[in-house]
Formats: sequence, C-alpha cells, structure tokens
Amino acid sequence: MAPVLEITDLRTEIRLRTSTVHAVDGVSLTVQAGETVGLVGESGCGKTTIGLSAIRLLPPGGHITGGSIKINGTEIVGLPDARMRQIRGGDVGMIFQDPMTSLNPTMPIGEQIAETVRVHKRVSHRAAVDRAVEVLDLVGMPRPRERLGDFPHQLSGGLRQRVMIAMALACEPSVLIADEPTTAVDVTIQAQILGLLDRLKSELSTAMLLISHDMGVIAGRADRVAVMYAGRVVEQAETVEFFDHIRHPYAEALLASIPQPGQDSQRALYSIPGNPPDLSNPPAACRFAPRCRYATDRCRTEDPRLEQDAAAHGYACFHPVPADDVRPEAAGLRLAAQARLRETRRTDADDLILDARNLVKEYPITAGLLQRTIGSVKAVSDVSFGIRRGETFGLVGESGCGKTTIGRLLVGLERLTGGQIVFNGADISALATRSRPAHGGGPDDPAQAGSRRRQISRLRRDLQLMFQDPYSSLDPRMRVGTILREPLVIQGIGSRREQDQRVAAMLTEVGLQPAAADRYPHEFSGGQRQRIGLARALMLDPKFLIADEPVSALDVSIRSQILNLMRDLQDRHNLTYLIISHDLAVVRYMADRIGVVYLGKLVESGPADTVYSTPAHPYTAALISAIPSPDPHSERGRNRTQVRGELPSAVNPPSGCRFRTRCAIAEEICAEVEPPVHSFGVDHYASCHFPLQRPVPPAGTDGALVRTQQDPIADRPPASGRLVPDTTGDAVAGQ
Amino acid sequence: MSDIPATPSAPNQHTADGAVAIGQPLPTAAGTEDGGLDQAMPTGGDTPAGRSAWRLALQSFLDNKLGIAGLVLVIAIVLFCFVGPLVYHTNQISPNAAQINLPPSTRHPLGTDYVGFDVLGRLMAGGQSSIEIGLAVAVVATLFGVLWGAISGYLGGVVDSVLMRIVDIILAIPSIFLFIYLATVFKPTVGLLIVVVSALSWVGPARLVRGEALSLRVREYVQAVRVMGGHSTRIVLRHIVPNTVGTIVVNATFQVADAILILATLSFLGFGLPPPAATWGGMLSEGTNYLYDGYWWAVYPAGIIIALTVIAFNFIGDALRDALEVRLQRR
Ligand SMILES: Nc1ncnc2c1ncn2[C@@H]1O[C@H](COP(=O)(O)OP(=O)(O)O)[C@@H](O)[C@H]1O
Ligand code: SF4
Ligand code: SF4
Ligand SMILES: [Mg+2]
Repeated sequence: MAPVLEITDLRTEIRLRTSTVHAVDGVSLTVQAGETVGLVGESGCGKTTIGLSAIRLLPPGGHITGGSIKINGTEIVGLPDARMRQIRGGDVGMIFQDPMTSLNPTMPIGEQIAETVRVHKRVSHRAAVDRAVEVLDLVGMPRPRERLGDFPHQLSGGLRQRVMIAMALACEPSVLIADEPTTAVDVTIQAQILGLLDRLKSELSTAMLLISHDMGVIAGRADRVAVMYAGRVVEQAETVEFFDHIRHPYAEALLASIPQPGQDSQRALYSIPGNPPDLSNPPAACRFAPRCRYATDRCRTEDPRLEQDAAAHGYACFHPVPADDVRPEAAGLRLAAQARLRETRRTDADDLILDARNLVKEYPITAGLLQRTIGSVKAVSDVSFGIRRGETFGLVGESGCGKTTIGRLLVGLERLTGGQIVFNGADISALATRSRPAHGGGPDDPAQAGSRRRQISRLRRDLQLMFQDPYSSLDPRMRVGTILREPLVIQGIGSRREQDQRVAAMLTEVGLQPAAADRYPHEFSGGQRQRIGLARALMLDPKFLIADEPVSALDVSIRSQILNLMRDLQDRHNLTYLIISHDLAVVRYMADRIGVVYLGKLVESGPADTVYSTPAHPYTAALISAIPSPDPHSERGRNRTQVRGELPSAVNPPSGCRFRTRCAIAEEICAEVEPPVHSFGVDHYASCHFPLQRPVPPAGTDGALVRTQQDPIADRPPASGRLVPDTTGDAVAGQ
Repeated sequence: MSDIPATPSAPNQHTADGAVAIGQPLPTAAGTEDGGLDQAMPTGGDTPAGRSAWRLALQSFLDNKLGIAGLVLVIAIVLFCFVGPLVYHTNQISPNAAQINLPPSTRHPLGTDYVGFDVLGRLMAGGQSSIEIGLAVAVVATLFGVLWGAISGYLGGVVDSVLMRIVDIILAIPSIFLFIYLATVFKPTVGLLIVVVSALSWVGPARLVRGEALSLRVREYVQAVRVMGGHSTRIVLRHIVPNTVGTIVVNATFQVADAILILATLSFLGFGLPPPAATWGGMLSEGTNYLYDGYWWAVYPAGIIIALTVIAFNFIGDALRDALEVRLQRR
C-alpha cells in the first residue's frame, strides 16, 4: 500500500536578512493510513518546519529547496497555489501548538469551522454548520450546538484545542499533522486530547504525524518514531523496537534527561551539555559531535549517514549505543545511575522557615460604570502549609488552580484577602499588603510608610522569586550585567566595583561566562536566559527562593541542566525552595515534600515519594496516571483513570468537595460536606471522604509540621488540622 | 550600608557543575568556530558573539529605501534652510515696493512676494522657524506625553482614570476655535507657538505610551523589580519608558511633521509669527490671496516644501518603526 504521506529527502530553508537557516536538511519520512508516526526532538530542530512544508505554509523567507512531498500520491512541491489550497484542509489538516494564535479571535467557532468546510465542499451554509456541529461532537465538545456562537477566547485551553482539531477534521483529511498538540495544556487535558486523537485516528483511519518534544507522549501513541536533531532524522524505528534498543547517543541522552518514575532523586539528572548547533552554518560532520559523549575524531570530520539494521531500525551514528543491555527506561536509568550522588539534606520538622496559614485570595469581579463588585474569583481558599528550613517544597496542580497566586502572595506581589504568612519568625502578611499601584493613593503617614517600606525591602531580600518565562522575565533593553546589578542597586549594596565583581561571580556560578554581562538577553537561548533569571534571583543572597514553573518553558534536555543547577545552588547556598509546577514528575524529582492544589484548595500533602507512589486523594492519583511515561510497554497496557472534563470556574466553585465534578468515585456526601483532612502516615495528609487508602491515626509527632505555638487552631485534633477551614462553606477568613 | 557581602563567599572554587559529565570531561569549545580556545565551555554553553541590537536596527533602517530617501530629504531641507542663507544672501527685513510679485527670473529664481521679498530666500528663513518649532514641539510634547502616559498606564486605577479623562478633555477642545481665540488675545511668539502646539500634541504620545505601559507593567521583568523591592519611579523610568522607546522615537518623528502642518494651519488662521518673521505657513496663507492673479510662485514653493518635509519625516518614522520592530523579532 502506498503511504498517504511520503516525504523524500526534503530540504527547506528559511532565508533571513543576513543568513539562511537550513531548517530541514534532507529528511525522509512516510506515514501510512491509520498509522501514527511520532517525530521527536528539541525545539528548533526543524519539526514544525516539516509540518509547515507539508501544507506549504512556510513562514516569510521559507522555501522548499529540494526533495519531494507526496500526499495521496500527489506531488505538492511546486504545485500551483490554487491546487494547493484544495489539498490543504481537504487532504491534509494541521493542528497547531497554540490554538489561541491559530483561531480567528473575531469569529465564532461555528462560523470558522463552517467556513473551512465551504472552502472545500460545495455545500450550503446550513449543511456546513451541521457538519461543524458533527465534528465538534466528534471531538468531545459538550453541547456543540450551543457552543457554535462562542468566540475562541470564551473557551478554555482544552476546548480551544478541541476546536482546532475539529477544524482540521472538518473535511476528513487523509493526513493529520499534529504539531505539539498538547504542549500548551495540562497533563489531565493532555491525556484527554491524546486519547481523542488516538480514537479519531482509528475511527477515521487517518495517517497522523504526531510532533512532540516529549518522549512520553510519543511512546504511548506512535506506531513508529523518528528522532530529529539539527534538521535531520538521526534515528527511526518501530516504537517498541526504538525504546527497547535505542541506538543513537542523542536519543539515548534525550530519554535520560527526563525525570522518570523510577528515578533516584538523590542523583543528579543526566543532561546534555551545550546547545544545538546553529542551522545557518551546520558543520560538515556529525552535528551532535560537540555534545556527544561517545564522539571520536571521525565524528568531528565525517558526516554519518542514516542506515538501517536488520530490524529496520535506522540510525545515523558511527558509534551507536550497544543494542544488548537495553530495556525501556533502562537507557535512561543506566545513564542516571552513573550520575553523581548528592548529599542528603537533613531538615528539622520543627524549624519552619515559612509558615503559610489559612491563605485566602479573592479577586473581585466588577461590572458597570460604577465598577460595582458583582462576585469574586476564589483563587486561593484557605490554604495552609509550612516549609522547613533547607527543604524543597513542591506545589502541583493544573493551571488555573491557584499555584501561581500562592507564590505571588508569598513574595508580596498580591495582597492577601485573609490569612497570615510567617517568614523567618516574622509576620510578613501585614507587609505583603504593600499598596499595589493599582489601588494606590492611601493617605499613609509618610514617615510610617517610609519605615514600613524599608522593612519590606529588608525582608524581601531573603525571599526571592524566579519566573517562568525566560523571554519576558528579562528586560530586553538592558544588558545582562545591568539586569543582575539591579537588585544590588535597589538595595544599595556595595560599590559599583563590588557589584560588578559579584555579577561576574554569579554568572560563573550559573554556568555562564562573565563576558555574558555585556550582552543583551535576546542573544541567549531559553536555557541560558533561565540561568540569568536564576542568577538575578540569587544576587541578594536570599534564604528562600520561590520558583514558579522554572523549567516548563524549556526543552527537556535543557530542563535537566537547570534542575541540576538549582539543586547545586541549593546545596551551596543553603537555600530553601518552593517549586511550583504543573509537572508532577519534575516536582517529585526536586521536592522533599509535595502539596497538591486543586481549585484553590490544598487537597493532599506529604513526602514526595510517598505521595507519588501511594497517593491518597483521587485527584493526585489521576494526575499521576496522566503523566505519560517514555516506555511503550507500560504506556500501552495502562489503564488510565482519566480525569473527566476541565477545571471548573473559581467564581462559583462546586460545593462540598471541589473535585467532585470530575471525581470518578464521588458520592452524594461529596457535594454536601467538605471532606475532612485525614492522616495517612508521617506528614501525609489528604482531604477526601473516600480516600484511596485507609487513614491512620496521626502519630505523636506528625502534627509538628502543621502546628506551631502561635497557631490559632492548634488546639483542634490534628486530623481536622490545617488543610480545611472549620466551616463547610466558602466563608472568607479575615478581613 | 549593607550587611550582605558584595561578593559571594567562595564563588570561584567550583563552577556550577549543572550538567553531569559522565566518565569524560565536558566537551570543550575546541571544534567550534572559535576553535583553539583552551578554556572549557561553561555548562550553560557559549556566550554568543554579540551583535548590538542598535546596529541591527540601523542595518534594517539603512536597507529601507524610503527611509533613506526621507533622511536625505530632511538633511537637504535642513541644509537648504540653515546653510542656504549663508550662500544666497537676500533682504528679508525691509519690504521693497519696487519688487512686488515679480515672476521667477535669474535674479529671483522663485520670484518675489507681495511685499517684495525674494521667495527663495524667504523659504530658507521660513524653514528655519518651521523646523525649529517643529523639533521643539516634538521634544516637549513627547517628553511630557511619555511621562504622563507611562505614569498613567503603570499606576492604573484611579490615577489612570483621572489622567486619561484630562487627555480626553484636551482632545475634545476644538482646536480651530482655540487658535482663533488665542489669535485675538495674544501676539504670537516662537515660545508661545511651541507651548500652544505642544499643549495640543502631547496627548498623542500620552495615549500611545499608556497603552504600552498597561501591557508592560504585567511583564515578568517589571514584577521582578517589585520583588527586589524597587520603587515605582525606577520601574517607570528604567523599565517602562525605555521599552516604549521604539514607539516614542517613531511617534516623535511624526510629531515633527504634524507640528509643521499645525504651524501652517495656524499661520493660515492668523496665529502665525507676525511679519517680517517668515514661516512656510505664513507664506502659503499670504500667497493664496494672490493665487487668482496667477502669481503661482507665491504659493507652490511653500506648499511643496511643506509637503516634502512632512513626507520626509513620515518616511523616516515608518522606516524607524520597521527597524525597531525587526530588532525585537530578532535578526
Ligand atoms: N519564521 C522563522 N524565521 C526564522 N527562523 C525560523 C523561523 N521558523 C523557524 N526558524 C528556524 O528554523 C529552525 C527549525 O525550526 P522549527 O521547524 O520551528 O523547529 P521545531 O519545530 O523542531 O522546534 C530553527 O533553527 C528556527 O530558528
Ligand atoms: S556519530 Fe559520533 S558524535 Fe555523532 S552521535 Fe554518533 S558517536 Fe556521537
Ligand atoms: S471527597 Fe468525594 S468527590 Fe472529593 S475527591 Fe474524595 S471521593 Fe472525590
Ligand atoms: Mg515546533
């Protein structure tokens, strides 16, 4: 049978003002009907460009300079534009990573889908709308007919992604190209979307090219895998064969740099040093050689060709990884096992550096000319936790559940609606209410305000925040040196000379050259920028660092570099970390203890390994089961307990247990009574009426974490301790 | 002043060993283009060989033909107005009744006007005041508008509402009537003209910058400054204003052009610099009185040079906008 999509020796260039990027440099790929081919690789290696070449929608300056792309036997390289428009959407559909930028924000979704249909088929408007309803239903959009008039911005990320898929499917294309379809959504939604794509593929027997940087996504869904590096396919095989016998050093290293379930968190992660080569001037040698641990002189002078072995396993390498000892995650673990062992941190359960008590944050919703308050977004509802000096505490949860708000409350970027924050023994919640400019203008006594501000400044030094987005967290108009010096300048520390010395020293510490101080942020890669962000957060020698999604904007290979660096810095500077992430695998690897947040509530907390291996709350269990693992054997046989639906609105959170709308085991009582906190062993708490394991009566010491002397509710029995408020409603604590 | 050591205790004893090299040393920079570096590549990878952002912007500007044309034109006009009179001497002080409304000739390449001044010489003199006032207005209006907008956008809330309502009020003033009123009350001077035109022009940049500030203030780098304990003043002056500089520079260029047009309008309405001071707008408005007599040279030279100047500044503004845009898009 002829493949539906056949790419042969494709070369695509992007011409820029001063250089030409050889984004795709001789790639061959085939996808059969009903087959999913997974394309993996770091960002910038040309995956998207292949997809865009196949629909002939290259960015400005992009040209296909060689090779052939056949869709259903039709050669599309050089096809006239009019003909191409029919094929695009008709024979080949594409799903983009970010649905917000690829849907038209000014057009209702029903119209957008109907329009796509009418471009390709001579049907009435009515029939086109009916088709829209049909595909929306197919992709699992609840009540599709009512949704036709919605605009993209009215939908959640997951629903928008479904609309994108519906649009791509509207004309029943024979090839579907999904470019990182789940990178922008949460794991729970990711599992739903991937399940959907899988189902559609087998129902419609579409040929699917699934592009992802995540080996886990590919392992569970693809029939064949192709690994790309620097514009080339470097390894290609049937999925099980690939994961069982990884041959290319790059693929091996990529796999090893993902924190895995079996990972020993006492060991450093494996990480690929350096950065991918510049594709405008690729070396005439193995492109991976500068980062490869097996590289020899031959690799640095000769270019290996992609060759197949007996098992139809292709790889381009002179010194492939031996094929014998390998089992699925074994490759990763083997590398990981060689990694340096870390010191074990010792923490004292009584020595809390930060104690967050009953934090509440509500954002008022105003309407009308008079800005009357008509409701509020309950972003954080009575969350309490304590963080011990020297430990790493991880907060996980879906996006929108309030994790980031908690971080911002702690550093004083938001004003508390209720609750108390004790940091290093001092109550900083009074100070955290530093008047935000938006609400400015209070008639403060200037002298008092001044002294308060000084106090804030002083406390703030020890409590710093590291941001998520390496692109927007550094001022593009400032040199790196100025950016790093700024905290010192603001706090009036040291002379100019001393400041410059400290900048240079800090840059060295985060693995950059001191010369970086003279450059602008945009000249660095994402990982390097994140190092700069980390350096800035550490300039004031803080004791406590809050890292909000420190690696989610980074590539897997770079991720492990940053995680290792963070742990090294922690050991060296005796830092305490609060790591906020939606990625449970990252948090488990980094954290000593984990807190799981759902819709403004802390639903489970406990030692990282315990929570990960024996979760007590159904939500935690669902989160864990949604993490794709890069092991086709376990992925395929897996019985997924998918979380249904999406995070409900925080304006009117569900009564009783907030998770009940999505919980598989919810019963009537869950809607009526807010579940109490149960203890499941030392430090392990969860609030659920029907926990997944039997609660154990709290041991004598376990209350230490959750109670301190000043604690107003310390007298209550520990089992109903700090996780829930004493009322069942959503009463706001404090004023 | 501080209790934190300005240098970390022992920063250089071990560099961050973030990436784990197993069994082998880290790959070195040898083999990359800089080959021959015997120092190990830091774990974060090489520092890029920097190309200044401004150089890239300049490069892009220089690639823009219209921008270059505009720049050449502006330079030519400035030379014409400021160097021209040193070469081409004319009497622009005392009227000469014997030389009224002469058509172009070799003595007067562009003829003479209704009081006998040489039109070419008068274009030069008029250009000086037009360009001076135009530039001054652009500077004053931009500075004021930028600060107003940046403060309004960054502080938001009540302050923003009040500041922006003031802008709305100014925009609601019918400027023509204001000018006519002013003309009856005041005797225009260069200073007064700058003040009046600036007072009406700053609202443009104020609105633009406010919009940008609104989006900039939620950027993570602005929040980072707040986490460090930085004040609003620092945020506005060091982060918000510099990041709107592209918008500001482009807008200032358009402001020059607009101010020159407004000046012409003002002269037309009788609120120009009184004679014998020369302005392009004044020449145009006086010339139109004689248009029906066929004295075309009284109108066209002034009209054309105003149009050329305005177009030239607009070309520059457009090219700058593209150049600064490219800068942000990288490469
Ligand atoms: N619009 C563009 N302008 C300039 N370079 C681009 C553009 N799009 C992609 N590239 C370059 O092409 C190469 C491949 O990019 P891409 O196909 O997006 O990779 P991937 O999808 O694997 O992340 C990269 O070097 C990238 O910088
Ligand atoms: S050819 Fe050499 S450098 Fe390239 S991947 Fe194989 S061993 Fe590494
Ligand atoms: S309390 Fe009920 S709804 Fe909530 S998690 Fe437990 S079982 Fe599910
Ligand atoms: Mg991509």
